[in-house]
Formats: sequence, C-alpha cells, structure tokens
Amino acid sequence: MSSQAENTGAVYTDEILFPGNPTFESITESVSRIPEARKTPRAWWVLFSISLALAGMLVAMIGYLFWEGIGIWGVQIPVGWGWAIVNFVWWVGIGHAGTIISAILFLLRQRWRTSINRFAEAMTIFAVICALIFPSIHVGRAWVLYWTMPFPNQMDLWPNFRSPLLWDAFAVGTYFACSFMFWYVGLIPDLATLRDRAINRIKKILYGIFSLGWRGGNRQWRHYELAYLVLAGISTPLVLSVHSIVSTDFATSIVPGWHTTIFPPYFVAGAIFSGFAMVMTLSVIARKIYNLEHIITPKVLERMNLIMLVTGSMVGYSYAMEFFIAWYSGNEIEQFTFINRAFGPYAWAYWIMISCNVLVPQLFWFKRFRTSIPVMFVASILINIGMWFERFVIVMSLARDYLPSSWDYYSPTVYDVGIYIGSIGLFFTLFLLFLRFMPMVAMSEVKGVLPQADPHYGEKAHA
Amino acid sequence: MPDNSRNIYGVLAEFDGPASLLKAARQMREAGFTKYDCHSPFAIHGMDKAMGLKRSPLGYFIGTVGLTALVGMTYFIYWTSAVDYPLVISGKPYFSYQAFVPVIFAITILFSAITATLGMFILNRLPQLFHPLFNSPQFKKVTDSGFFVSVEASDPKFNKVETVSFLQTIGATEVELIGDEQ
Repeated sequence: MSSQAENTGAVYTDEILFPGNPTFESITESVSRIPEARKTPRAWWVLFSISLALAGMLVAMIGYLFWEGIGIWGVQIPVGWGWAIVNFVWWVGIGHAGTIISAILFLLRQRWRTSINRFAEAMTIFAVICALIFPSIHVGRAWVLYWTMPFPNQMDLWPNFRSPLLWDAFAVGTYFACSFMFWYVGLIPDLATLRDRAINRIKKILYGIFSLGWRGGNRQWRHYELAYLVLAGISTPLVLSVHSIVSTDFATSIVPGWHTTIFPPYFVAGAIFSGFAMVMTLSVIARKIYNLEHIITPKVLERMNLIMLVTGSMVGYSYAMEFFIAWYSGNEIEQFTFINRAFGPYAWAYWIMISCNVLVPQLFWFKRFRTSIPVMFVASILINIGMWFERFVIVMSLARDYLPSSWDYYSPTVYDVGIYIGSIGLFFTLFLLFLRFMPMVAMSEVKGVLPQADPHYGEKAHA
Repeated sequence: MPDNSRNIYGVLAEFDGPASLLKAARQMREAGFTKYDCHSPFAIHGMDKAMGLKRSPLGYFIGTVGLTALVGMTYFIYWTSAVDYPLVISGKPYFSYQAFVPVIFAITILFSAITATLGMFILNRLPQLFHPLFNSPQFKKVTDSGFFVSVEASDPKFNKVETVSFLQTIGATEVELIGDEQ
C-alpha cells in the first residue's frame, strides 16, 4: 500500500481485479476486436434474425392494436390492467440494475463494476424503451399521448400533477434521458479508441463524429470526471425514485393488496433483484461468445450473485411482511386478498413467484453454487420469470375486488402474449446491435483500475 | 525528429507511463508553461494537482440550473393547479404540494443531468472534430496506451528548440513538432 493511500484515508485492497496481468494494449485489443471484426459470428446472426422477427411481430401487433383498440387484449372490468402493466413494471425493474451498477457502485468505489457497467447501462436503455411501449399503447389512443405534457391548449387545461400515472410519465421519461446521457458520456473515450483504430472510411467518419473529437487531455478529463460524478450522483436518487413512483401506481389506488406503504422499498428491491438477474443472463452469454472471461471474471459474477441473494431475501421478507400486515390489520378484505393470492385461482402463479424469487436465490449461500456458471445462468432466468409473476400476482388482485358479482378469471389473448414476446425480441435486437457496433466493456475505465494505472505503481511500498 | 510543417501548432512529446506523465506535468508547471496538456487513455489521479488546475466549475452550473428548475417547476405547478385553472381533485387543497414532489423532483434531475452533459461539452469545446494534434499518427495511441504532453506554440514560454530539448530532459521518449494544417 502506498503512503499516499494511507494519507488520504482511501481504502485500497490488494485484490487482483483482472487475472493474467492485462496491459493497456491487451484491454483495448480484446474489447475493440469485437466491433471491428470483419466477420460477424454465426451465433449472432441466428440470434439476431430470431429477435428481429419477434420485433417485427411486435410492430405488426401494435399496428393491429391501434386499428382495433385494446379490446384485442384479455383486459376486462375489473381487470382493466392486464399484461401491459405487468410487462411495464417488469421492464422498468430490469433497467434498474444498469443504473445501480453504473451509478451506485461507482459512488461506492466498487472497482469491479468497470467490467460490466457498459453493457448493463445499455441494457437499462433498451429495457426502458421496451417499458415505455406498454403504458403508451395501453392508453388506447396513443396519438394523444402528448396530453400528459403540460402545454397551452384551446381548452386551457393542464395535466393533473397529482396523478401517479403522470408521475410515471415524468419519472420514466427522465430516467430514460438521464440513463442515455450517462451511457453516452461514458462511451465518448471508447468511441475515440474505435475512431483511432478504424481502418474503414465509413467507420472512421461515424466513430469520429460520435466521439466528438475527444483528445484525452487532462484539461478535458477534469470536466469529464466531474460530469460523470454528478451524473452518478443524481442518477442514484433518481433510480430509487423511479420504481417507488411506479409502485405508487398501485399503492395510491384503494384496491386490497395494493394500498400499502411497503410498496416503494419492496418494488425497488425487486427491481434491483430482477435487473441483476438480467445482467447475469446477458453477461454469461456475452463473455462466452466473445471470449471475455478474463475481463468479466468469475469473481464479478459471484458478487452479482451475492447482490441477488441480498435483494432476493429482501423481496422474500416483503412477501412475508405483506401477509403479516394483512392479518394484523384486521381488515377482512385485505386478509381475503392474500389468502386468495396463495390459495385462490391464481395460486399457481403465486407459488411460481415464491419458488423462483425466494427459494432459488437461497442457493447462493453456498460458494459452490454461486461460483458455478451453469447454476447462476439457470437461476438468473428463473428469477426473471419469478419477477414477472410477482407483478402478475399483484395485478391479478383486481380479479377479485370488493364486488363478488364482477369477479372473473383473467386470461390473456394471443395479442397479450405476442406483444410481450415481441418486446423481448425488440430488446435483444437492440442489444445485439449494441454488441456488434459498440465497445461492450468500458475500456478507459478498466484501464483506469489496472494496477499500473496508479502513478505510484512500482514504487517501494512503505511499511 | 520530423518537422513536417511551416506553421507550427506546437510540440507533442510521448512518455512511457502514468508515473512519468505525472512527473512531467509537475515539471512543466514548475518551468512556467501554461498552454500545455497531458493526454492519457484514462484519467490519472493527482493530475489536476500536478498541472495546477483548479476543480472544474461545472458543479456551479449544474447547481444553478438544478435549483432554477426546482423553483421554476414548483411555481409552474402552483400556477397551473391553483391560479390558472383551479380544480378540486379528491377534495385536496389546490396547492397540495406533497403530491407535486415526484414531478418537481424528476424535472430537477432532468435539467441537472442535461446541464452536466452539455456543460461538459461546452467546457471541453466538444464537438471539435478536427484538432491539429490529430495530424500526428503517433497521437492515435492516446486512446489505447499512449501518454503524451502537448505544448502549444502560443504559450509565451514556447521556443521551438528549447521546448523540445526541455521535454527530452524531463523524460520524453519521443518528441515531434505538430503542424496546424491538415
């Protein structure tokens, strides 16, 4: 440990982040060769054609939805919110891990984040795009969506700023814009790397334009670093607020099972949980296809599993606490709702949720399982399924509300399923394009945490 | 040492790593240079101090714009909900500020983030697609593994011969003159 580190009180660990002593050149090479490759891997084409076909289906089905109206879905009264809101919450939640990794772990000086933050941020942006589709089409008349924004109009009306649905429009819109700026600012030095390495004229021009003429001078770095720090600092409360606001869509309505104050923290924990699961799924695939095992190390994956264990247990605690409070409240309707969730017509969904979200992450108590790639890959997929069902279980509280005469069993139609699967297709289409054309690991940040990046590297250690 | 131009932008000197770049930055400042920069593939800790640079003023811009957005949006919601078209919703007061917090918060964050990004571009004079330093083929290394000091000819201490030899004495491995035309 250098004397300066001791003086400044900084905490240094002698832990080796990247095995095999990579050099600055080897980091550049192993990341840049992916977007520079002349031949696209066959696996990429296979996945891309499937995803693009599904995205095409999404566009076609949304076109039909606009033509025919949302009656093509299984929604009815009282279940006016069907899969659309389930998918919306699911996608926004997935997005959260990207911001947690890029902003909160940055503020906490978790240097291992550098190997996964870039594509976790990309995942956030694409997940939020998918999320924004659902409320936009669920309003029915998507062409008047601009009514959510305050603008002078002939009726002299303003939006109702007390409405949680309006909060959503502002919160998720801001979240998208901030995530995009954060991602782009982080990309500039790496796009400059691709610009400087480009041999093909078109790439030279395109990477040149998007890297804005970055020169890596310290007179640029000092503004850049501060902008990055501030973006991380303001994204942190933002990300916690976004899912809290999403949860108020439910919590402010007087529906049994929804009207609870536990929702904001419970939703935020669930969002981080499912988002890390998605990052895990994607990073296991990406590191395998592109041979990045030495950058996205097993240690990084293990730490993500630990975060999933913590947040998964928080989610499990919330499920238990909801049940307890329903009983403790003495409110019969509240009690009925929870018993109905666990033993009613949707009991199958409830138990899928419990097994995937509460039981599966408990595997990660054991070092053997949290360091095993097949186990974590399967677990991450199960967790995402479980988290989808969590939102489904919550929304299906509507099926048995206060008025037994209107109780019904909600079933999705082919359009509900098709639009959901189509949104997954859109997500992977965008993600695969990102892998193909952009640096998927933040090279300049990885270089910055290598031991030889420290100006005091190699000096005699002071006792 | 190649001298490939009559109009000189300045000198570019390569160093072999973060430690020697940091040392060179300190010596450049001590020698009285003002128009020089230290280029590296990543931000180096302690470089601002070595070059004698103050903290970036960006924070003040962000704070100003953020606070303005906070106050402005609060007033705007007050005006729309309680002055221009007052509506009773769920029996709440016209200005039930608690319910307005989420939107005000989101707008404050949005404007702060835009200021952070655009402010950084403006302070860094970006986008600037051409710069004389790009004339040097060596300079391409700066985004990979190269560490450089550039000195502008407009620096009052600049002297074509002396600056080059000074850079060599402080440990530059390679020094070249940079023309200011493409």
